[in-house]
Amino acid sequence: MRIAIPVDRTDMEGKVHASFGRAPFFLIYETDTQDAKFFENQALVSPGGAGTKSAQVMLDYAVDALLTPRCGEKAARVLEAAGIKLHKTDSTSIEESIAAFLEGKLPPIMPVQAELSNHGGD
Amino acid sequence: MKIAVLSGKGGTGKTFIATNMAAVAQESTYVDCDVEEPNGHLFLRPKEVQVKSVTVPIPVVNEALCNGCRKCVDFCRFGALAYTGRGLIVLDDICHSCGGCVLLCPENALTERKKTVGEIHEGVSRSIKCITGVLHPGEASGVPVISKLLQGLDQVPTPVLIDCPPGSACTVMESIRDADYCILVAEPSLFGVHNLAMVWELVQLFQKPYGVVLNKCLPGDNPAETFCCEREIKILARIPFSHGLGFMNSQGIVAVWEDRSLHTLFAGLLERVAKEVQREYEAVAYP
Repeated sequence: MRIAIPVDRTDMEGKVHASFGRAPFFLIYETDTQDAKFFENQALVSPGGAGTKSAQVMLDYAVDALLTPRCGEKAARVLEAAGIKLHKTDSTSIEESIAAFLEGKLPPIMPVQAELSNHGGD
Repeated sequence: MKIAVLSGKGGTGKTFIATNMAAVAQESTYVDCDVEEPNGHLFLRPKEVQVKSVTVPIPVVNEALCNGCRKCVDFCRFGALAYTGRGLIVLDDICHSCGGCVLLCPENALTERKKTVGEIHEGVSRSIKCITGVLHPGEASGVPVISKLLQGLDQVPTPVLIDCPPGSACTVMESIRDADYCILVAEPSLFGVHNLAMVWELVQLFQKPYGVVLNKCLPGDNPAETFCCEREIKILARIPFSHGLGFMNSQGIVAVWEDRSLHTLFAGLLERVAKEVQREYEAVAYP
């Protein structure tokens, strides 16, 4: 199974980033092989739609699940349409988040309403 | 002659200035561009109101023709399109209606539908043509409604008073785009100065001729006045803070229709702005 986590650095000691679309990097983690790859988030500097653009990246990496502290409503719409599972992690530790997910302890996420999410501007 | 009335925040007196200036002219047009919360109609109470809807184009995908090339997804800088492998998703609330995806699609799988985002109400109040923009709740941007409001203003009675939304964002830029003159309304507080500085920066960026109206003036120091004097910004008028004015505003009364001295003040303001516009015109025509 392939999972994704928004992170602030490109190593496993980094922290889970507080937002999805505006995270500096994404970790793509293979639960079977424990293989970890980090990718720069191209949507970080996007004037708008960073959430949906990041969602598209998740689709393109064919991830099965996304572990994130929060996720915007529009990004969630795209991810759910593609069948990607959304789970809420409250830990800032990458290792802990993965462990909790594998133990089935991470609940499904409630997407944040558009007006509360930090979506660029016009 | 198109005169835009701006301020950095709500409640400074844009609608007060714009409606009263419209009311002292022989004939005029009042345009309410504060489409999220239009309130000029509460004072002018226009009659014979006609309603037109404002629409924007939104892409629609023909699933049978879409081959998943994703050219549209990569093109859209607002992330309004996503491809899931099962099909294309259009997120119409973040679409800016640029039409680029439709032009770009090599399979002609995208067409456009019309989505209603607001309304334009057009009526008459005494000798004032009163045009109001209304954005539907939940819509992200008032710009399409404002853009539609300002089309065809060349055939309406002048002066045209454009009542802008508060602030200095896209909706204000759209509102002042075709204005011949900008009036900046300022309150006598430090907060008022901060807001004045924002719109002052904007009108300079747009290279618009402008002047300031100091509203709600009290005896003693006026930080907004000091700001203007230090930067040699023209002060067009000073309107006193008064219980009587507050009362008339709360009752939805157009002040110049009730108060002779205010009528004189506003007639003077309109005349002053007309002269400024004339001077600008001559400076361009005969440099």
